[in-house]
Amino acid sequence: MLDTIIAHSDQVVFYFFAATALLSALVVVGQRHPTYSAFALIVTLCSLSAVFGLLGSPFIAVLQVVVYAGAIMVLFLFVLMLLNVKREERVAGGGWALKVTAFALGAVLVVQVGSVLTAAARAPAAPGFNASTPYVARLLFSPTYLYVFEATSILILAALVGAVVLAKSDP
Amino acid sequence: MTGGADLVTPALLLSLGLFVIGVVGVFLRRNIITVFMCLELMLNAVNLAFVAFSRWRGTLDGQVLVFFVLTVAAAEAAVGLAIIIAGQRHKDTLDVDSFNLLKW
Repeated sequence: MLDTIIAHSDQVVFYFFAATALLSALVVVGQRHPTYSAFALIVTLCSLSAVFGLLGSPFIAVLQVVVYAGAIMVLFLFVLMLLNVKREERVAGGGWALKVTAFALGAVLVVQVGSVLTAAARAPAAPGFNASTPYVARLLFSPTYLYVFEATSILILAALVGAVVLAKSDP
Repeated sequence: MTGGADLVTPALLLSLGLFVIGVVGVFLRRNIITVFMCLELMLNAVNLAFVAFSRWRGTLDGQVLVFFVLTVAAAEAAVGLAIIIAGQRHKDTLDVDSFNLLKW
């Protein structure tokens, strides 16, 4: 019993963090107070970071915690503290016809995306895989992606200036 | 330990689940900040699919794409939250239906 658990320890850990991610994502959507949603989203992002690590991608796992859970969610919490955020009262309206249509379209979405994702990964995965930081960096700074990488720095600069201009109070 | 080779399909299913939860949240919630957080959730589901496919193919291009998605998400969060602050100052509400200031 214990031996099988140890032999499949990465699967056990994966399913634990997958369940945590799904449950906290449900809390994000089901919660009416945005601050609680933000904290649940931080839990989702950290569990996803563990999933990235289990998939053999330590660089992305660290980026997920530093950039997403660290920077972006702190920005969200700053805005939530800055604004006068209340619990939302009104629930989405709509008659039964709208609800039936929504559920049907949602089922179509699940079937479409699910069939594409599972059909794409039917073949066995590649045996060897090394996604440690030096290898990712070597590809990132190779001629294929170097210009895209430089272009994102311009995007960040534009977003910086745009955010300052937009959030500046009117004179 | 196989380095996650047998976790590709469960990871893709997890990605599907997170994406659908994000879509449901975008349609269900009325607070624009919660809607924005659900968008981030969907971006993360796509990132997970990228990482899983990168593991499946054994190439690193998926990892680089996740890096770019992360960068664009950071820029989008900065500009989007600035727009939300400006809109809240203008209309004094955070309801999505009242955020039609950018409509021409």
